[in-house]
Amino acid sequence: MRQGLFSQVLKGAVVAAAGLAFVTGGALAKTELTVYTAVEAEDLKRYAEAFNEDYPDIEIKWVRDSTGIVTAKLLAEKNNPQADVVWGLAATSLLLMKGEGMLEPYAPKGLDKLDPKFRDKDNPPSWTGMDAWVASVCVNTVEANKNNLPTPASWKDLTKPIYKGHVAMPNPNSSGTGFLDVSSWLQIFGEKGGWEFMDALHENISHYTHSGSKPCKQAAAGEVPIGVSFAFRGAKSKAAGAPLEIVVPKEGIGWDMEATAIVAGTDKLEAAKKLVDWSITVKANKLYNEGYAVVAIPGIAKPVKYFPEGITEAMIDNDFEFAANNRKAILAEWQKRYDGKSEPKK
Amino acid sequence: MVSTAQAVGRGSVVRPKVGRDDWIMRAYMLVIVLYLLVALAFPLYVMLSKSFETYAFRFDTVEFQVDRGEGWGETLNAMALGEGLGIVDPGTLVTTSDGRFPATSFFPDFSFRAKTLYRIRNTKEGSGGFLVKGRPATGTDWFELTSGEFRRVQIRPSQATGTGNYLSYFSTPALFTSIYNSLMIAVISTIVTVTLAFLYAYALTRSCMRFKGAFKMIAMVPILVPSLLAGIGLIYLFGKQSLVLKVAEWAFGEKTVAPWWDMLANGTYGPSEVYGPVGIVVASVFFTFPHALIIIITALSIADARLYEAAIALRAPKPRIFRTVTIPGARYGLISAAFVVFNLVITDFGVPKVIGGQFNVLAVDIYKQVIGQQNFQMGAVVSVVLLIPALIAFTVDRIVQKKQVALLSARAVPYEPKPSRRFDRTMFAYCCFVAFFILGVLAVCQYAALIKFWPYNLSLSLGNYNFDVMDGGGWDSYANSIQMAFYTAIVGTFMVFTGAYMVEKGKGFNSGRTGFQFLAMMPMAIPGMVLGLAYIFFFNHPNNPLNFVYGTMGILVICTVTHFYTVSHLTAVTALKQMDPEFEAVSQSLKQPFTKIFARVTVPVCLPAILDISIYLFVNAMTTVSAVVFLYSPDTTLASVAVLNMDDAGDIAPAAAMGMMIFYTNAGVRLLHAGLTRGLHRRTQAWRTT
Repeated sequence: MRQGLFSQVLKGAVVAAAGLAFVTGGALAKTELTVYTAVEAEDLKRYAEAFNEDYPDIEIKWVRDSTGIVTAKLLAEKNNPQADVVWGLAATSLLLMKGEGMLEPYAPKGLDKLDPKFRDKDNPPSWTGMDAWVASVCVNTVEANKNNLPTPASWKDLTKPIYKGHVAMPNPNSSGTGFLDVSSWLQIFGEKGGWEFMDALHENISHYTHSGSKPCKQAAAGEVPIGVSFAFRGAKSKAAGAPLEIVVPKEGIGWDMEATAIVAGTDKLEAAKKLVDWSITVKANKLYNEGYAVVAIPGIAKPVKYFPEGITEAMIDNDFEFAANNRKAILAEWQKRYDGKSEPKK
Repeated sequence: MVSTAQAVGRGSVVRPKVGRDDWIMRAYMLVIVLYLLVALAFPLYVMLSKSFETYAFRFDTVEFQVDRGEGWGETLNAMALGEGLGIVDPGTLVTTSDGRFPATSFFPDFSFRAKTLYRIRNTKEGSGGFLVKGRPATGTDWFELTSGEFRRVQIRPSQATGTGNYLSYFSTPALFTSIYNSLMIAVISTIVTVTLAFLYAYALTRSCMRFKGAFKMIAMVPILVPSLLAGIGLIYLFGKQSLVLKVAEWAFGEKTVAPWWDMLANGTYGPSEVYGPVGIVVASVFFTFPHALIIIITALSIADARLYEAAIALRAPKPRIFRTVTIPGARYGLISAAFVVFNLVITDFGVPKVIGGQFNVLAVDIYKQVIGQQNFQMGAVVSVVLLIPALIAFTVDRIVQKKQVALLSARAVPYEPKPSRRFDRTMFAYCCFVAFFILGVLAVCQYAALIKFWPYNLSLSLGNYNFDVMDGGGWDSYANSIQMAFYTAIVGTFMVFTGAYMVEKGKGFNSGRTGFQFLAMMPMAIPGMVLGLAYIFFFNHPNNPLNFVYGTMGILVICTVTHFYTVSHLTAVTALKQMDPEFEAVSQSLKQPFTKIFARVTVPVCLPAILDISIYLFVNAMTTVSAVVFLYSPDTTLASVAVLNMDDAGDIAPAAAMGMMIFYTNAGVRLLHAGLTRGLHRRTQAWRTT
């Protein structure tokens, strides 16, 4: 009953506040930006609030979905773009869009402060980076003990017969994280070595998932002892109380970055530029740092709780153009090798 | 005597005069036909043409010049170069929209450290062009590049029309094995479901066991939940952290259970296969069971008692009566149920998505092609492939349904079961088992939703209901779903019922009415995924004047109404057929407009059917995933899609929580409906004798 009364009062207050905002803000005529994003749902509100502290006259209308869906949506809308800005989408996806001529090149203020890894190589750049999400291996210590599995230290360890049927990883054909893993293995071990490694790993895989966070969440829930996923997810599950250990394989780890770009043809270019300017400020980077250990401006990142150590050093020198240009061929080869064997292993 | 006909002679055929009412009715019918064309036929056509949209490298439209320090050499055509090097064959030319071909492949001596300069241009505007520094270039001017820059030049494919996508589909084993997988899953699920549903229906119609009403109600429960929830329930029941196992461990001790479970888990039929075909079949049986049951109950309850009396008088043994009387009497119902289940399973997307693991089926392939690889053309090809079995099943079902009508004889005597303790008890036990399983799946979902962190922290918590911090759109999506279901029920019922009225009670204009009937039957044959994908292609095209509905609640309502049009239409037509056409004749002779009799007589008489239609639309709008998964926007996220997305992200417990919210909503609406119908029956349907 008290709860009900309280929420009613709250609702009244919100309505009143909204009315007030309408009266005072109506004259200023807010610009509404449609922003496509793949940032985690729980972070969006914080991002918009922080941005509005500096630019109260620009309202963000979020369009959020997983990386694959946002990319598919953007490409499907190629001839009739609905988005003004993309804020928080994988750089590999943005490269794909750049290749379709869908991005407006723009050099935001403060571009020179960014780590050169975190920007498009061209001048002016078509996109700028925000933070990196890095591959990691989530190991459920309880289930590992039950099955007498040692904690793996490297990617190669995962191909040992002892892990047979105990590893889950995302399917690169439907998951951006999965593709990131595959493209990083091809870069670490070389083309031939990479496929040999995956052949061996495939023998141990219990199942491939559609999404990149699922293997880690499944490891957290004990559905599988080991999940190839990304560190951010692992840290979150660990914070939720899962008996997880997040392993950074010693050969190095693949990564992709969340990045920002203006969609070519937007009729709100000025507001879009302001947003992109803001997206690479120190303030924004500190915001990214709350969830991600590696951000675009070097030297400001603080360690994130539950994140494994040595992540920045382990990140490979990722060639995004290689990944984007060979994406089609890599996925086709992967599908030919592993997806055809669709029967579950006995 | 001269007959009148001869005397008058052969006049022209007498045609009834087409009055104002008829014109209004025809015009209205045309409006609905137009709707079905726009919402069904055109999108499907656009999708079909999309599946023939191919991408291939057109090297003959690209030219190079090279300067190795001695000035620009001769102009080289990429095609000629490629053929000379043997790197061009039909296999490398066919690709998809995101295919890329490095320009350096044409120069085997290429080194990015060399001081060589390169020029590249298109010979023709409008070809695919190439990427320079990651940006597309489609003009015919020369680009002059250093070798370092040339290293990054990628040739893009051009768009063309042809059967290339189909060729590459049928030459990729990972894709076409899905056809076999889908068919196998559908056939096995059909056999299992129809058998189980037949036994259940047999128990309900031919035994004298108790609690028939309760059993019937429980069996209908799966209709109220999204099919995905069955998959989620199975994961909790039989997955690696199986609830069944935990309970067994608690009851018999870990040591006793472990070897048994190990044997099961690592054996052929063990729980490890929950993620795969076995899991898909079990979950499919769960959600198709009520659909089959309704049809089979109807088939079994029209049995003619005289046939049984005759058989008993002839001293036929029971198995023989079963074989020669019961089965033939229900055979059309069984066939119809089989095809309905087959269609539901092969087009279902939720179950294999949640529980299928790496077992590929067609419906999930569409999703993977579109969402995972942004390969819309291949998505369209798989859609066309999926259409074929669905269309066949649908056609067979229609033919069978037509025959069923002829079976009913006016002199049939309804069969009354006689009590038999052993038989009744067996049937009771069987029904208990099925009901227990159905309720068990739901109970386990609800239990899991209330657990803090399965299986490591079993304290109760409402944390999983905090949807706002998870994928899928939060509590808003639940509100959106209710709103969408409500609109669908209102708009859909109005359109379906008035449309059916025009077709059923209108006069003349036979060709138009036949066309309407055909269009109204079509949606049933179109899988939801296919419809959704077709909508993207059709409604999101910039030249489409209807483009504005894309991304709104409107397109979700249109898609859902269209997807569930057929069954609603059939319900309406059946109700209208029961009404004597004399009503219209009388009203017309009294010079009343048809709108009056429609509002004063038809609607009140058909009110129970109208309520049935609206409830059917509401419940299905709440649970559908496949039709709307491509169409929702951030403002219109839906609860059923949220279940999918939360599960996809690995948040299974919140997914179960949201699924159960859908269940409670549907169950509540259903109860409300039951109450309303009962009241209505008492007040308006007293004239009915049955």
